[in-house]
Amino acid sequence: MPELRTLQAITRALADAMEADPSVILLGEDIGQAGGPFGATRGLQERFGPERVRDTPIAEAALAGAAVGAALTGLRPVAEIMFMDFITLAMDALVNQAAKARFMFGGQRGVPMVLRTPHGGGLSAGPQHSQCLEAWLCHVPGLKVVCPATPADAYGLLRSAIADPDPVIVVEHKGLYAMKGELADPPEWTPIGRARLARPGRDATILCYGAALHWSLAAAEELAREGVEAEVLDLRSLQPWDEAAVLESLSRTHRLVIAHEAVEAFGVGAEIAARMADIGFDELDAPILRVGAPFTPVPFAHPLEAAWRPDAARIAAAVRRTLA
Amino acid sequence: MADLLALYRTMLTIREAEMALARLFADGEVPGFIHLSVGQEAVAAGVCSALTPRDSVASTHRGHGHALAHGLDLHGFFAEVMGKASGVCRGRGGSMHVADLSIGMLGANGIVAAGAPIALGAALAHRTRGTGGVAVAFFGDGALAEGVMHETMNIAALWRLPLLLACENNGWAEFSRSETQVAARLSALAAAHGIPHRELDGADALALAEAAEEAVAALRRGEGPRVIEARTRRWRGHFEGDPQRYRDPAEAAEAAAHDPIARARAAFLAAGGEAARLDAIEAECRAAIAAAIEAARAAPAPRWEEERSGAYAPAEG
Repeated sequence: MPELRTLQAITRALADAMEADPSVILLGEDIGQAGGPFGATRGLQERFGPERVRDTPIAEAALAGAAVGAALTGLRPVAEIMFMDFITLAMDALVNQAAKARFMFGGQRGVPMVLRTPHGGGLSAGPQHSQCLEAWLCHVPGLKVVCPATPADAYGLLRSAIADPDPVIVVEHKGLYAMKGELADPPEWTPIGRARLARPGRDATILCYGAALHWSLAAAEELAREGVEAEVLDLRSLQPWDEAAVLESLSRTHRLVIAHEAVEAFGVGAEIAARMADIGFDELDAPILRVGAPFTPVPFAHPLEAAWRPDAARIAAAVRRTLA
Repeated sequence: MADLLALYRTMLTIREAEMALARLFADGEVPGFIHLSVGQEAVAAGVCSALTPRDSVASTHRGHGHALAHGLDLHGFFAEVMGKASGVCRGRGGSMHVADLSIGMLGANGIVAAGAPIALGAALAHRTRGTGGVAVAFFGDGALAEGVMHETMNIAALWRLPLLLACENNGWAEFSRSETQVAARLSALAAAHGIPHRELDGADALALAEAAEEAVAALRRGEGPRVIEARTRRWRGHFEGDPQRYRDPAEAAEAAAHDPIARARAAFLAAGGEAARLDAIEAECRAAIAAAIEAARAAPAPRWEEERSGAYAPAEG
């Protein structure tokens, strides 16, 4: 299978979706002429024209609101918010409009829009350009939230998101944009709501998403040298999430560690842990542990940010604790 | 010239519907909050008279008139506001979310100014898809304090989108005089964005209809956005049951002197029209509303079991 970078997989998904469906348009700051702040839309304006790849002003609220109105009027807009931190400015459009329309209009129509946005630290981008805010969106009925960790899923989830009849937030990790991986030819779509078994194991389950997948795989490698076989499950979709796959894995390993870069408190892991403590109670041989960021803003300086971010060592330590 | 009788019928439908809701609300037959547009009917009727069902309308919390003027069926409307299963939104939305997407009525809206970027997106869709349609954003003068109004004006002007920004300037931003809320005049804001602006008497349905016709024609020709600002009067409180302690009774009484329906009636009679025709329209409007209310009363309440899965499209297969 050919290898390519995550960013190229995203560009390919956007191009393929636009090729397949003339109602797909792109909206975002600097996505046209400049090709996107990270290059995800490079070449697309030349290929599809400025009417379908629109550079918007720096106006997140109106750009997200316009995506809602366009989606209600026959388009499938894919909006880009340059950094996930800026989603604060688009929250009315997402929470009160996009998420509500299908329900509050009695099912007359959905809002088939996608909002792509990068989260995550590791680039010393500081407190307002590094946050992982996906749990906010997972808390809103009417939204779907996905978070790819590989080029194949970056392609596959984006295609599924664009074709979805409801609003989908695609949370990308900017630290993974340059990461290489395989993409099938032709590339496959990743269904929303399905986890992926990234590494089988029998002793404990590490459930993760986004950049934490790679820390989890590294942790599993480290644990394997100690004779511990950890299973790594890549959640991929956060809302809806694959409850059956998590329960199935837990039923085999009887131990669960949930890892994500987002702040641990009130995060995605909290919801999954609570749910598994309920429906998976009989399977558990140890308390469910979470590994997430501490409850502070993301710091800027390298040593501070490195200390702040979860990593393979913390995940491995958590697995050891569940086995102790 | 716009059809005065058609405007009269639309305004009367709105007036009678709103006053019926006021009674139903007082009697406990309408749950929640309702915001009535009594006194402002000419703006909805005049602007929407220039539209067709392919055009899009995004409205406000005071949105009943816009929805009805753009063609929302009275039965679906009353059943919705009264919280019944036969409501246009199946009883899930209520007064602040009446919508009919099949005719481009993109909903009343519970968030001030939120309809503006939605209409902007609808205008973008009409342009991109080449439908020939236009979009209208209704908003009040209070919404000018919201940032998204300015973002919307900026983008509409930059992209020359077919967006009509229709301001109902009733002098009130909820419970406050709007001059204490907004420093700029809309005419100056429009000028700053290079958007043509017309200010009209909000009780003059004919003038509003003609201005809307002219603006919509310009939008359809691709000449970029337009602003229509209607100086209108809010006869009632911000919401039904609002004691309006903040309001000078003299101002409220003066507001009621600006009656777009009385104005249209007088204009029709002065032009030699027969009162009997106006009376017949009135009787028809009342009968249609009474029938819609009776049907809504008889309709079943929505059932949670049938509605609970409505946040997402049904899963395929």
